[in-house]
Amino acid sequence: MNYETIIGLEVHAQLLTQSKLFCSCSTEFGKVPNQNTCPVCLGLPGVLPVMNQRVAEFAVRAGLATQCTISPKSVFARKNYFYPDLPKGYQISQYELPICTHGQLLIENEGSKKIGITRIHIEEDAGKLLHEHPDHRSVESTWVDLNRAGVPLLEIVSEPDMRSPQEAVAYLKKLRMILVYLGVCDGNMEEGSLRCDANVSIRPQGETKFGTRTETKNLNSFRHIEKAILYETKRQSDVLAEGGRIIQETRLWDPDQEKTYSMRSKEEAHDYRYFPDPDLLPLLIENDWIEKIRRSLPELPDAKKERFIKDFQLPASEADILSSMKRLADFFEKAVSSYPQPRKISAWIINEYMRLIKADETKISSSLLKPEHVGITLKLVEEGKINGSMAKTVLAKVYETGESPQKIIEQEGLSQVSDEGALETLIDKVIAENPKEVERYKAGNDKLLAFFVGQVMKQTGGRAHPGKVNELVRKKLS
Amino acid sequence: MKLTHEQVLKIADLARLELSKAEVEKYAEQLSAILDHVEALNELNVNDIEPTAHAVSVPTPLRADVARQDEMLEKSLGNAPDREGPFFKVPKVLG
Amino acid sequence: MELFELTIHQLQDLLKNKKASSREITESVFKRIQSVENKVHAYVTLTEETALQQAKKADEKISKNGGAIHELPLLGIPIGIKDNFLTEGIKTTCASKILNNYIPPYNGTAVQKLIDAGMILVGKLNMDEFAMGSSNETSYFGVSRNPWDLERIPGGSSGGSAAAVAAGEGFASTGTDTGGSIRLPACLTNLVGIKPTYGRVSRYGVIAFASSLDQVGPLAKDVTDAALMLQTLAGYDPKDSTSLNLSVPDYKKVLGQSIKGWKIGIPKEYFIDGMDPEVAKSMQAAISVLKRLGAECRDVSLPHTNYGVPTYYILATAEASSNLARYDGIRFGYRNSETKNLVNLYKKSRSEGFGAEVKRRIMLGTYVLSAGYYDAYYLKAQKVRTLIRRDFEEIFKTCDVILTPVSPTPAWKMGEKMTDPLKMYLSDIFTININLAGLPAMSLPCGMTPSGLPIGIQLISKHFEEEKMLQAAYAYEQATEWHTRRAKL
Repeated sequence: MNYETIIGLEVHAQLLTQSKLFCSCSTEFGKVPNQNTCPVCLGLPGVLPVMNQRVAEFAVRAGLATQCTISPKSVFARKNYFYPDLPKGYQISQYELPICTHGQLLIENEGSKKIGITRIHIEEDAGKLLHEHPDHRSVESTWVDLNRAGVPLLEIVSEPDMRSPQEAVAYLKKLRMILVYLGVCDGNMEEGSLRCDANVSIRPQGETKFGTRTETKNLNSFRHIEKAILYETKRQSDVLAEGGRIIQETRLWDPDQEKTYSMRSKEEAHDYRYFPDPDLLPLLIENDWIEKIRRSLPELPDAKKERFIKDFQLPASEADILSSMKRLADFFEKAVSSYPQPRKISAWIINEYMRLIKADETKISSSLLKPEHVGITLKLVEEGKINGSMAKTVLAKVYETGESPQKIIEQEGLSQVSDEGALETLIDKVIAENPKEVERYKAGNDKLLAFFVGQVMKQTGGRAHPGKVNELVRKKLS
Repeated sequence: MKLTHEQVLKIADLARLELSKAEVEKYAEQLSAILDHVEALNELNVNDIEPTAHAVSVPTPLRADVARQDEMLEKSLGNAPDREGPFFKVPKVLG
Repeated sequence: MELFELTIHQLQDLLKNKKASSREITESVFKRIQSVENKVHAYVTLTEETALQQAKKADEKISKNGGAIHELPLLGIPIGIKDNFLTEGIKTTCASKILNNYIPPYNGTAVQKLIDAGMILVGKLNMDEFAMGSSNETSYFGVSRNPWDLERIPGGSSGGSAAAVAAGEGFASTGTDTGGSIRLPACLTNLVGIKPTYGRVSRYGVIAFASSLDQVGPLAKDVTDAALMLQTLAGYDPKDSTSLNLSVPDYKKVLGQSIKGWKIGIPKEYFIDGMDPEVAKSMQAAISVLKRLGAECRDVSLPHTNYGVPTYYILATAEASSNLARYDGIRFGYRNSETKNLVNLYKKSRSEGFGAEVKRRIMLGTYVLSAGYYDAYYLKAQKVRTLIRRDFEEIFKTCDVILTPVSPTPAWKMGEKMTDPLKMYLSDIFTININLAGLPAMSLPCGMTPSGLPIGIQLISKHFEEEKMLQAAYAYEQATEWHTRRAKL
């Protein structure tokens, strides 16, 4: 039986606001447990929620960037259940009237595909439970830290439009990129500021009705998402092959065992008893405000990529990488504005800079290496002051120290050796020390030219002008 | 509307309440009587009526995104029956 | 008259003219408490020591600056606070075992306003547990008694608030009114009780029962005192998203103005057979007084009146079931510490901590919200609520205020309605629709039964038009002397 996999993703994004959704506690990560709390987010008697304006703004931003309809009126609802990380015994969320609906996202995975976004809504995060105390052993207790309780989240629910783990990962990567671009979320999956649950079901090829789906949680990297979806797809087809039924349930991905496990039936027993929160009036978003936010949106990745291809004649693959991180794209454009050689700059950024920052966008703003440095250095190569490979060394040193390229070249003596006399002396030395190779070259093994050039480069600590060395060696050995 | 014992037990479970047998009996009776009374609402046709969620119809006020440390934090946390260091402690959560 | 029998405005004259000090006034109250509290049991917690300190400070303020009394409207006046108002550092129990030892870290907004106005805190007043009740018989700390007849209930849920003021154990008190919990006890104890428009007074720092219905208000000996209390309590609070940003008028200004030519609506659905004949008689007498004052009393109809009680008991219990989910023994409150199992922690702490009425309402609320029932109950009730609200809006197109009784009967005997919850719920029949519509309403004394039990009338105005009902109430009050009577204890 050939099955088709149907995947939908539910993503929770922690918002980069200063304060929580319904109180003024800080959202700063990593504080002493229960330091960032107050009577409101602790759910003490008598408290009431007051909404953070920035959260509404961020939700609208996310909605506009994904072409959603922004609801002029959305309503907060209480989702009622008991759990120690939920101080009020209910989570304030949005149910029937969410803030954004009917959006979409374009992904590239063997061609372009539109993935629908059913809804985006605002809700508060729960606290954290520690099942093991950081300092001592105890198997009888769980420890509750409510610093995270009340932190604002956007829940983004996709249509079940994905058909493979690769599509799912492409969607998530794209969504994450957009959220980071907008500055609404830092996209950190390891730390949990971006979380993803996967709804997976299978159905026979050609069937239009959906099969029963399961929800898999605890997917905190793209790799795990892909593996988990694959596992779940296989598990479900095995169940059906044995004549069984898929049970609608929540499952947990175990990254060590690389399996999904059924969570205890508490999930099925949950009756959330949603009703509109009487402590909060409806959230009204006026058209003027939406337009103001729309005008303030940054250029989004797809548009930026197109522009890079068009204006800078970059190949699509390079434009793709450069536009994947807003700060990287800004770095690129700044460097090009001071030294208009986009292809060279792009090559250096992709091959060298990405390595230096370890592909971590957050390193760019604090990077000691500024966009101007790239232009300056590449100009020096153009002028013959240093060679191409030295340029890489120089820029790596600038990244480390923040010193100017000229200073580094001076201090480390990295200027290019182009003097023909000096080079000839070295070439003679190399030729004299490698008679066997000279013979083989003269016998017709042209490839050995590179060997001689390489040896000369070594002698000069890599600083020789490669073009000149090449020319001179050829002459000498002809 | 007569509530069965099973229904009462299910509701109690949802509400995290533990009832004795006598209580289940008593509540089943009392809640049923109240629900019977409440049936009166079915005399009304409200299909085209908008629900009233709030007595006032204004939008929710919005607060500026500024973080503040709570000055009364120790007092807020001080009522916890079982604290360990900065944490609240509960019996082990399973699953 | 003894000091403790006077009204706030009478005391203010004495304070201004140095005929009495705040210390004397406060001591008078505590002496009275010593003599009658064991019979009345209005208070859960008394704060005598701090009260006397506050009185001393108040006297110092007054002697230094004679104008202080004008700047601080309640300076030096001993007042009681219902025990569902959070008071920083002072035990706040909500009359429940589950909050038996709870010390709030902050003052609620209403409490803070009264403190800022200079009040002396006498103590925390008894109530029905979690404000659920109409007779003050569900308190974990025992019943409060009606000073007019100690065998009878004072009404609820603000029973202690009413009993204290009626017994001279405080000059005014705060209460909360969700379905009648200020107006009913005020009526049964010969006091004035105001439930303001929903959103007029902040709910921040008041333990929530039913969020879309709860309102804070005063109980006092006459309209002038109640208006003064309302003036202090009212106003926008940014901490309460449901409080309205509207300016508060000067309520004093309307007291004494004529109601000649006013149209007073008398809804026929509120004058039912089965009403106590004494209540019916007093209502007719009150109507006559109003007519003599120049008002026109016209018959009107509020057709959906009888649907109020069922609507209320769906909405209020649903909201309460959710509001009370936070009482789990983890961050505060009563906890059964013996259990090693989390689910049992919840179940035992809550079951042992809550009383029967609270549990009943939590279960009813949980049921009406549960899967499959939301449309049939909750949503339907919200729609009926719209109909009830529209009934009133229609009347207010042509009437200035509406007049109704507060309670079908005067105070009933202890235990009389406790065995039948439904019977108890029906005592709210005249007050409950006002909460559903969010309107302001007040009860004030209008008569006595031959056996000396107080009877009250209710005046209702349009949203945020408290001035209207106060003006009518004052005019009526000044044409009668019911409000001058005091319980003999």
